[in-house]
Amino acid sequence: MLEVVRPGLATTVQDLGRPGYYHVGIPISGAMDRLAARAANLLVGNPEDAALLESPFMGPELRFADARTVAVTGAEIAPKVNGEPRPLWTSFRVGKSDLLSFDFLKKGARIYIAISGGIDVPVVLGSRSTYALGALGGFHGRKLEAGDLLPLGAGAGASEGRTVPEHLRRMPEMPAKLRVLPGLYWHRLTEEAKQSFFEDTWKVAPEADRIGYRFRGGRPLTFVPREQPFGAGSDPSNIVDAAYPYGSIQVPGGTEPIALHRDAVSGGGYMMLGTVISADMDLIGQLQPHTPTRFVPCDMAEALRARAERRKLLDAIRAHLAA
Amino acid sequence: MAKKEILSPLPGTFYRRPAPDQPPYKSEGDPVAVGDVVGLVEVMKSFNEVKSEVAGKLVRFLVENEDAVMAGQPLAEVEG
Repeated sequence: MLEVVRPGLATTVQDLGRPGYYHVGIPISGAMDRLAARAANLLVGNPEDAALLESPFMGPELRFADARTVAVTGAEIAPKVNGEPRPLWTSFRVGKSDLLSFDFLKKGARIYIAISGGIDVPVVLGSRSTYALGALGGFHGRKLEAGDLLPLGAGAGASEGRTVPEHLRRMPEMPAKLRVLPGLYWHRLTEEAKQSFFEDTWKVAPEADRIGYRFRGGRPLTFVPREQPFGAGSDPSNIVDAAYPYGSIQVPGGTEPIALHRDAVSGGGYMMLGTVISADMDLIGQLQPHTPTRFVPCDMAEALRARAERRKLLDAIRAHLAA
Repeated sequence: MAKKEILSPLPGTFYRRPAPDQPPYKSEGDPVAVGDVVGLVEVMKSFNEVKSEVAGKLVRFLVENEDAVMAGQPLAEVEG
């Protein structure tokens, strides 16, 4: 059992998600930075898809009812056990009645807190992930609150001091670079907008969340004039309703691009100019509000190469921790 | 007299007043005790109090009201 003393800002139970229901409007959910989540689980000896905690911008305070192995990965928010600092990306032991708390955020945006045995909330549609907008999964379908008691699974846990070396961690550069495969409704943009989108430096808007990351600060995008088809709204950024892929970038009114993330809405009537490639989706989860961000054009061959490299990075982490 | 800084614990938008029609939490020259609220940071649609971890005299604010701040950014200078 794990007692939530202070919940942080929006701590949720997540795993690798709930694929297969997007067509009925239920998004995949799960960790926004999947690599960090997998690494945290591997560090404590859990299966990679065990449920853990995701905390944006601020860590929670947690009281342990029994001894566990813990690892914290992702953003730089240093963990403390009874006030004593512990390293990130490294397994450490926590004893009965110990208090896990956190320092301030220094870099990145989200930490993943894996606990040996995993968070044992009920499996809903194949996953323990929280989809807060739909009040589904996780701990009662919501973010954690003070006084919550989280059930933990059985698991002895790996030993202390296992670590993921720095060259196997991945955090966004500054300014952040997100590779984008143009497509979908790309043809709706004027030549000028196609250029300015990639030329301008955008900034993460403060309202960015698990549903989507909004960016502002670039020049407004202009659209090729057309007579709006039946069923599309009157704004040139409107389309006849369509399915929204994960990572797709919609631009309501042409002003503020929004990249949909793990809790995405599955469809709607805004044009999308392309998608952030799958290999860079984790990076979005580590962007703080106001982070300067560049979108970098990318073709399918490069997107697939990046995906293969990402798989190799994960294999290297697995091999390192299995050794 | 050592100079100390109050750092933002969160990324977001910094506010010096609890509400637009109320006076600021602290003005330059005011004494500050550990735990005193010096402002708010708005992020993810929630407002979070910024509490001082240092004591002394608030010399000056290093960011403007409603400025965008990143986590760890110095918000104010304290002497004492």
